[in-house]
Amino acid sequence: MAEGVETVFGYPGGAIMPAYDALPQYPVHHVLVRHEQGASHMADGFARASGKVGVAIATSGPGATNLVTGIATAMMDSSPIVCITGQVPSSVLGSDAFQETDITGVTLPITKHNYLVRRAEEIYPTLREAFHLARSGRPGPVLVDITKDAQQAATELDAPPRPRGHRQERHVLPEEFERALELIEASERPLVLCGQGVLKAQASALLIELAGKSQIPVALTLLGLGAFPASHPLSLGMMGMHGEAWVNQLVQEADLLIALGMRFDDRVTGNLKTFATSARKIHVEVDPSEINKNVKVDVALVADLRVILEQLVPRVRRRERAQWLGRVSELKGDCAVRDIQSLPDRGRLHAAHVIHDLWRLTQGKALVVTDVGQHQMWEAQYYKHERPRQLLTSGGLGTMGFALPAAIGARFAMPDEEIWVVVGDGGFQMTCCELSTAAQEEIKVNVAVINNGYLGMVRQWQEFFYKGNYVATPIRSPDFVKLAEAHGLLGLRVATRAELPEAVQRARECKGTVVIDFRVEQEDSVYPMVPANADLRDMIRRPRPLLESEEIT
Amino acid sequence: MTNQPVPHTFVVSVEDRPGVLNRVVSLVRRRGFNIESLTVGSTEKRGESRMTMVVRADADTARRVGANLLKLVDVLRVEDVTGAPAVVHELAFIKVRAPLEQRTEVLRICETFRGRVVDLSAATVVVEVTGTQQRVDDLISALGPARIVEMVRTGAVAMLRGGEVESDSQEVAA
Repeated sequence: MAEGVETVFGYPGGAIMPAYDALPQYPVHHVLVRHEQGASHMADGFARASGKVGVAIATSGPGATNLVTGIATAMMDSSPIVCITGQVPSSVLGSDAFQETDITGVTLPITKHNYLVRRAEEIYPTLREAFHLARSGRPGPVLVDITKDAQQAATELDAPPRPRGHRQERHVLPEEFERALELIEASERPLVLCGQGVLKAQASALLIELAGKSQIPVALTLLGLGAFPASHPLSLGMMGMHGEAWVNQLVQEADLLIALGMRFDDRVTGNLKTFATSARKIHVEVDPSEINKNVKVDVALVADLRVILEQLVPRVRRRERAQWLGRVSELKGDCAVRDIQSLPDRGRLHAAHVIHDLWRLTQGKALVVTDVGQHQMWEAQYYKHERPRQLLTSGGLGTMGFALPAAIGARFAMPDEEIWVVVGDGGFQMTCCELSTAAQEEIKVNVAVINNGYLGMVRQWQEFFYKGNYVATPIRSPDFVKLAEAHGLLGLRVATRAELPEAVQRARECKGTVVIDFRVEQEDSVYPMVPANADLRDMIRRPRPLLESEEIT
Repeated sequence: MTNQPVPHTFVVSVEDRPGVLNRVVSLVRRRGFNIESLTVGSTEKRGESRMTMVVRADADTARRVGANLLKLVDVLRVEDVTGAPAVVHELAFIKVRAPLEQRTEVLRICETFRGRVVDLSAATVVVEVTGTQQRVDDLISALGPARIVEMVRTGAVAMLRGGEVESDSQEVAA
């Protein structure tokens, strides 16, 4: 309570019953999920949308293990959540008692820290420390496992001890800072690589200032989208495997990369040996263990991004980089003609058109929660995010089934925002049981199922790299309209682009949760694509000539 | 600094809590660091344990080992004492075949390498040796693999030399 928690996501069971018994005494709203994985994703979605700590509750054994995927997802994307699990009574710990699992052992590598609490008087200080750890430094998940007897015992709430903090060294040597400044001033072709750290540090405004003053174009990671406005003239869009072609080309041509709050993930760099070989690199990052992990950098500033940018912005010279920005426009122009947005739909429904139209019809203002796969990449390419925390997606772990529960979590954090779930037919079926949660809670999210009858991204890889051997990727789905209706919700179907505006309009006007089944082209692919571990320049491009319908049979 | 993998000796102060060893070892395993030895024991401070961990790593990896260890909440301090003036010793017990006719030679070798006999039986002696890894290696090779029946080594423990407290005559000869 002291942590200001208003909503928790959970599922009761034997070992957590004493905690549930006490729940009505507190002003906390409990959201009953349909599967504990949903609880951890909801806590995560809540955290990503609000920046506050999300809370999930589960019982021992299977309840606790069901949280695991959501915990690992939060770990990879540095999302602050606290998971509270019940544990068998301390007297039978270690005896393979009914519903006993060593959940602190299981979650050891996928939490920032975890606790096994056996005594009532430890609960309060432990929870305090857990919340502190989850949100401080580089945020992440913390799990607190509490034995049933500890939950049952009464205790006085003492003033808790100061929570233990982080012991990271975060002093930046002045000469390192000066060296970074020198590199920026000396560079002719600089590029900012903006990661999620920018939005976590609430440094977007500073980045806009820096980029504007020194005329540095900004490329974004998937999780960084929104941290720099997509409509800004210096915004390049997403980089990496399915990044914009011009961005990856520019990364390879740049003479300086300024990496802000990102970690050079393999999906961003492609082959490390050929990654940005002509560029000096500055890495500003809060977590020192990320420095020189994947990419060797020339200057590393281990610090809060905000603090660094506050010092950097007034010091950089105002510049014009006509030649470099000219090159940017040239590459962008070359790519635009290949863009599917320029293609006629010929009566078919392309996923990219769905996303584009959704962006247009929602004036680009919706909070979009995506799942994992082709639709996720199309969303990243065609929904232009202007503000931080407008896109929630599972980046690092790539967790299918994330979107719907994360959106439900986000709804509780942001009661007034328009929320759209963009999800594939595969991922949706992993957690669509949470539609029932949305119905019970009487909350509204709009679900756009990008339904192509395949596990699309895997199918795409099979097409490109496995000679079109479509093993285990065709997927049959239930009638999603009827599924929605079975939950007492509105279900709609869209099979052509012409039908789209009306359906979106109806969805937006409906008070409850709505599912729209978008029957899109079945064998469309996401372009461009840098194959795994390839040079960023070796992109697979949408085939010319621009006869979209010819390549899709 | 060269970027070749060499043994790095870390002195890691940790809170004496259940599971802390598990956390450290789990970290080393999942990050794929290459551990050569690990010792754990109590310190002069209540509630604080100390690990000495030797990891074979290049300079960058060694720095990341340290940074990752510090991310563990139960880890209080991490110091890479490689290259610093430090005492880095290990202990070994070596049981050697020493029938009466060879016993004098075995004892002479032990004396030369400052090994200490801690057990005698009709057929064997147990030798205890402490010192640098090199000293222990030297004794082992002098005794000869053919003679060694059983052996156990602890791995290194380390302490920086000197320090703020008056340290004139406190150093242990290496």
